[in-house]
Amino acid sequence: MNKVNKDNFKQDSYKYGFVTDIENEKIQKGLNEEVIKLISMKKNEPQWMLDWRLAAFERLQNMSVPKWAKAEIEEIDFQDLYYYSSPKDFKEKPKSLDEVDPKLLETYEKLGIPLTEQKVLAGVAVDAVFDSVSVATTFKEKLNEIGVIFCPISEAIQKHPELVKKYIGSVIPVTDHFYATLNSAVFSDGSFVYIPKGVKCPMELSTYFRINASETGQFERTLIIADEDSYVSYLEGCTAPMRDENQLHAANVELVALDNAEIKYSTVQNWYPGDENGKGGIYNFVTKRGLCKGKNSKISWTQIETGSAITWKYPSCILRGDNSTGEFYSVAITNNHQQADTGTKMIHLGKNTKSKIISKGISAGKSSNTYRGLVSFHRKAENAKNFTQCDSLLVGSECKANTIPLTENNSNSSSIEHEATTSKISDEQLFYCMQRGLNAEEAQSLIVNGFCKEVLQKLPMEFAVEAQKLVSISLEGSVG
Amino acid sequence: MLDIKNLNVSVEDKLILKNLNLSLGKGQVHAIMGPNGSGKSTIAHTLAGKPNYDVNSGEVSFNGEDLLSKDPYERSLDGLFLAFQYPIELPGVTNASYLKQIVNAHRKSKNETPIDAGEFLKILKEKSKQLDIPMDMHSRFVNTGFSGGEKKKNEVLQMDLLDPSLIIMDETDSGLDVDALKSTAEAINKLRNSDRTFLIITHYLRLLEYIEPDFVHVFQNGSVIETGDKSLASKIDQEGYN
Ligand SMILES: Nc1ncnc2c1ncn2[C@@H]1O[C@H](COP(=O)(O)OP(=O)(O)OP(=O)(O)O)[C@@H](O)[C@H]1O
Ligand SMILES: [Mg+2]
Repeated sequence: MNKVNKDNFKQDSYKYGFVTDIENEKIQKGLNEEVIKLISMKKNEPQWMLDWRLAAFERLQNMSVPKWAKAEIEEIDFQDLYYYSSPKDFKEKPKSLDEVDPKLLETYEKLGIPLTEQKVLAGVAVDAVFDSVSVATTFKEKLNEIGVIFCPISEAIQKHPELVKKYIGSVIPVTDHFYATLNSAVFSDGSFVYIPKGVKCPMELSTYFRINASETGQFERTLIIADEDSYVSYLEGCTAPMRDENQLHAANVELVALDNAEIKYSTVQNWYPGDENGKGGIYNFVTKRGLCKGKNSKISWTQIETGSAITWKYPSCILRGDNSTGEFYSVAITNNHQQADTGTKMIHLGKNTKSKIISKGISAGKSSNTYRGLVSFHRKAENAKNFTQCDSLLVGSECKANTIPLTENNSNSSSIEHEATTSKISDEQLFYCMQRGLNAEEAQSLIVNGFCKEVLQKLPMEFAVEAQKLVSISLEGSVG
Repeated sequence: MLDIKNLNVSVEDKLILKNLNLSLGKGQVHAIMGPNGSGKSTIAHTLAGKPNYDVNSGEVSFNGEDLLSKDPYERSLDGLFLAFQYPIELPGVTNASYLKQIVNAHRKSKNETPIDAGEFLKILKEKSKQLDIPMDMHSRFVNTGFSGGEKKKNEVLQMDLLDPSLIIMDETDSGLDVDALKSTAEAINKLRNSDRTFLIITHYLRLLEYIEPDFVHVFQNGSVIETGDKSLASKIDQEGYN
């Protein structure tokens, strides 16, 4: 393939790079008390929420940007960002879809997430977050009938303050680290889920995050609570326009599972990754943590990370309840100049707690892809068990893959099993497939999808096929 | 249908094929025999378009078109099939989904719609049975952990599924037990027709007793040194290459 073709090819491959031409309303640039008060006011928040934000902001003054990850990053000027942007005249969330600006509906339609009644995906409830506000939530009433609360967190703060107050910051302490604290001070919107005792949520819940405005950070905040004996499967998707600047997405996601509850949380992260020379793209600095608070509870993270210029993300499980289980299934794909530093922490506190980590890293182009993980057994975590498998696949010879699995074992009855492999797609494999009629891209995509199948299978069925396609698209232009 | 003229091929700067000439007519079965290292697999790989096989000079035409300028997958879609001497493992890729995907690649190139899942399963069952391939092999990863004989049968199965017009078999008989050799040869014989051409690379007379060749070529040091009918194979079997 000649050079010109290849470039065109690459440009086509991020099909979510368009900008919605909609007037927006921003709070002035900068990070200060004034801005935080304005955000809180825009959202009609009660005083306790504002106080909570301001306390976080105060703590932030003594904190600095973390440097732990292996990433080359341009310094972010936090005073030069917008912290709040919403479509203009968006005073209150529209009561029905008829009131939603058609341009927004069209945007989600283009992204493959239809929101209008006739077209919604059966069995999937969607909360659509556009920059700093939630613009629509589908199937809300239907879920309400069985007591499931699924709404923007800004709404939950007003309508279910007792639940929010009890759980927000209970898994990720406000002072956890710089970005978590920043998020606590300025968070805009995200989803709130509460599954009552004994309810198995009958549909997939999902949130679709879209960054549209320029020079704007998105600070998503999501809180999911599964009460005793309940079950929920939740999925988030993310995209952003193609821009030359780097944009910040710093989310906090907290999950709480009580006795015998199970939360399955899946992510398909496809933020704009920057162009093939490494210009632009999202800085995706995310804190995700789940607390298996009750006995026999289970939290399972599945992530397909294909986008963003830089990803720092370690969805973790704190296994406090006896017999609780944490799982982490990850596919991280980096191409061109992308940098991903991702993994998980499994903190075993309770007896007979189990965790399983399956990480598949695929690096192509000049990218770098690191698995960073921690498995920790507390003194009281009798008979705790972990199984970790980290596989890296290299495409080409200019990319880097690292595996940094750390362990802390203070329990003498516990066991850790660790396997790691690094492989390359061989020319022999490509030739074999091509001899059977597959072109180079198809051959590579077959092999790569095989490599990460174990993880892709963990996604809700409705999204598995899309994810497979995404895996192929993310690597376009990387075969020689 | 396949014409090889004055072909010189080197691998890693070592000249392997030297002034090779070979012509295969439509519907004919040609066998190539020759000592280890004489360049038999090299001719198979060159025809299939394996990277890093440098054609220094010479020409190959396939159905009147220049073969050597095409990509490997185009040659496959044009009807050239190579059964590998050492089939490649594809960990993580289940055999059934792989087989379906290669069938669909060929259908697509003929502007046909992807094969219906039920129909594919039916064909797969039928063809697997003929080759004594248990169906559970298809839920395993392509060639991964397959025994030597299973790998070879899987090659013949793919050959059968793709309906090629030129079949090159590189020691497909090596590693097959007596019964497997018989069922494989039967499957191959069923594929024999007036439109399909075979180039069979083998060390053993046994296979050629099942699949009778029209021509036998003796390969030595990168070119054909002798051509005859099937009696030449018997002669080599008894007397060797010296
Ligand atoms: N990549 C390579 N680098 C160097 N030499 C090679 C390479 N591939 C093949 N050769 C050499 O080319 C020659 C021909 O090899 P080829 O595999 O074609 O032999 P063959 O006739 O198929 O032998 P066999 O009967 O053992 O399968 C051998 O001397 C081999 O060592
Ligand atoms: Mg050979």
